[in-house]
Amino acid sequence: MSRIDVRKTYKLYIGGQFPRSESGRSYVVNDAKGKLLANAAQASRKDARDAVVAARAAFGGWSGKTAYNRAQVVYRIAEVLEGRREQFEAELRAAEGISPAKARTYVDAAIDRLVWYAGWADKITQVVGNANPVAGPFFNLSTPEPSGVIAVVAPRGALLGLVSVVAPLIITGNTVVVIASEDNPLTAITLGEVMATSDLPGGVVNVLTGSQAEIAPWLASHMDVNGIDLTGVEDAELAVELEVAAADNLKRVRRPAPDTDWLVEPGLDRMTRFLETKTVWHPIGV
Amino acid sequence: MTNIFEYAPAPESRAIVDIKPSYGLFINGEFVDGHGTSFKTINPATEEVLAEVAEASDADVDEAVRAARRAYTRVWSRMSGAERAKYLYRIARIIQERGRELAVLESIDNGKPIKESRDVDIPVVAAHFFYYAGWADKLEHSGYGSTPLGVAGQVIPWNFPLLMLAWKIAPALACGNTVVLKPAETTPLTALLFAEICQQADLPPGVVNIVTGAGDTGRAIVAHPDVDKVAFTGSTEVGKAIARAVAGTEKKVTLELGGKAANIVFDDAPLDQAIEGIVNGIFFNQGHVCCAGSRLLVQESVADEVMTRLKRRMSTLRVGDPLDKNTDVGAINSAEQLAKIRELSQIGEDEGAERWSTPCDLPSKGFWFEPTVFTGVSQAHRIAREEIFGPVLSVLTFRTPSEAVEKANNTPFGLSAGVWTDKGSRILSMANKLRAGVVWANTFNKFDPTSPFGGYKESGYGREGGRHGLEAYLKGADA
Repeated sequence: MSRIDVRKTYKLYIGGQFPRSESGRSYVVNDAKGKLLANAAQASRKDARDAVVAARAAFGGWSGKTAYNRAQVVYRIAEVLEGRREQFEAELRAAEGISPAKARTYVDAAIDRLVWYAGWADKITQVVGNANPVAGPFFNLSTPEPSGVIAVVAPRGALLGLVSVVAPLIITGNTVVVIASEDNPLTAITLGEVMATSDLPGGVVNVLTGSQAEIAPWLASHMDVNGIDLTGVEDAELAVELEVAAADNLKRVRRPAPDTDWLVEPGLDRMTRFLETKTVWHPIGV
Repeated sequence: MTNIFEYAPAPESRAIVDIKPSYGLFINGEFVDGHGTSFKTINPATEEVLAEVAEASDADVDEAVRAARRAYTRVWSRMSGAERAKYLYRIARIIQERGRELAVLESIDNGKPIKESRDVDIPVVAAHFFYYAGWADKLEHSGYGSTPLGVAGQVIPWNFPLLMLAWKIAPALACGNTVVLKPAETTPLTALLFAEICQQADLPPGVVNIVTGAGDTGRAIVAHPDVDKVAFTGSTEVGKAIARAVAGTEKKVTLELGGKAANIVFDDAPLDQAIEGIVNGIFFNQGHVCCAGSRLLVQESVADEVMTRLKRRMSTLRVGDPLDKNTDVGAINSAEQLAKIRELSQIGEDEGAERWSTPCDLPSKGFWFEPTVFTGVSQAHRIAREEIFGPVLSVLTFRTPSEAVEKANNTPFGLSAGVWTDKGSRILSMANKLRAGVVWANTFNKFDPTSPFGGYKESGYGREGGRHGLEAYLKGADA
């Protein structure tokens, strides 16, 4: 008789922990052929709010770390992902029904993207900051700072898409609540396991699985969220609704980008959209 | 009773300005009659009617946007950056040449003291055009690419009428965009004089269009489907309405909104300078400043001394005729704004804060409010939370730097902050922790065309000024 395998329970990733949805709900996730893969946690409004609380609590510590330190943590995520690449390739093949070669390409690209962004941590300030030659005896310096807690609606592309929207936010010191791709949420939770073992402080990245249309409006209208990235919103009406709700506290908004080719090297925009510029003046004198 | 320090009146002559009885809209390089009604603009220091100004209707706004689009497609986006630069340099020079006229007109229409319009507003306006002129042919080095957006719809407030116009128009034009700009309904006159300056500079018709009016005109600009970019400076409430209005469109938006800045004074601060900074922070421009230092956070150990010195200094402020060269605090811009300041001040008293105002004789006509300070203010008081936008200072105290940071950041706004201390490491630590777009350390209310300005949180998004100010008017390096 063959051995009965031990299946994984997929839960949420909030504040460095893996809790079930407080709502007690789950939903069926099938593979590309329609066969049951797992029951994923179906996050609720309260889970979303818990995730924001965790992200806010983590913000001071994470944004206060040195850029060198954040770079090493994100690089570490790449290292750990590399070590578990076969698991991710297998998950992508099962969930998305793609070929082994394609799965390898996506995992390669996701690892390389993390490494690429890791290197930006201590360079973005030099590229987008400025010393300003004001017409008077003043020291004047502009530097970028993270906007705060950012809600993200992740695109399809269970691994590369997710990494491509989350990495640019955390490398600059933001903390994140991300709604995983509704159809392919499981890899996001497995990536949470990677992050949880990569020295990434709990709460810096929080992953919710469930209904985009149900959870995203709560995050869009949440008054302690500073920005929202709508990259993965495919329903145009929902996107407008979310952008309108985001205006309640003037969240920084990134509009949907349904046709992004995640294999192409990105520009700086995913980082700079959720950066503030702080300008400090001081008199020069004796 | 007179004393030996009494000043004789020293009024600036208003003969230099020639205000017409009525003004039309500036569309496609010409002044035209609008299709809407008209409104009056008054001198807030005397309530004298200065002129009748056309109120642009939806059709007028549409005409202005069409003119801007034509100018964009046929002329401005095709012109080399070097040639655009020369127009902007010309404008900068004409502003300098006509600087006194602009300053007097600004003070008459807005109520601000002539020494501020003459020494701050207008020189910085000229500097702004001069600065951005130089960018026009160097955009490929900006980091934001060199592709303009198209037609910019711009709506500006009444507190720094011509300066806000410069902050909007100079970078927009330098980047190759054309503009439709609406000045505030209480202060349209310098924008209309600027239209004349565009004519003098032979700026191609349609590159700059000025449509006067109130909220409806502003809404029409924001909602116009052929506007690619919306830039707004004003209240947070209107800013949110604009953010909602553009949802689901391709429009790029920058918002420069309200503030409730903390001006933090530590016990080791150079107190003489700090007192000047506190006064400048809240009484400059009658406190009609989005980045005003309207919450004074003073360390408990020096609170009494700071208050004594502050009241003594406030007692020397000269409130009155904006055109008098000795005036420190001019007129409140409108009856509506005065009512708002009075209401919030009354609420301050009702909620239990202690009110002290400078003893001064206010003119019998016009809109005036004496410089006022509230002590015993708690963080829950409305005068500590809401933007008053007038010469009213709320004083809170703190014991430790971390308490100062917590109180300073305890606001939905995040435009500016001030720090006064002699300790360098403390300045840098405070500057790091304050969630505000501009931090003035041992100074306050300094502005420069090279220095980015703009807020965190509900103070809006985007930056104006400096290299960063170009981002709002270009498609970006990835475009």
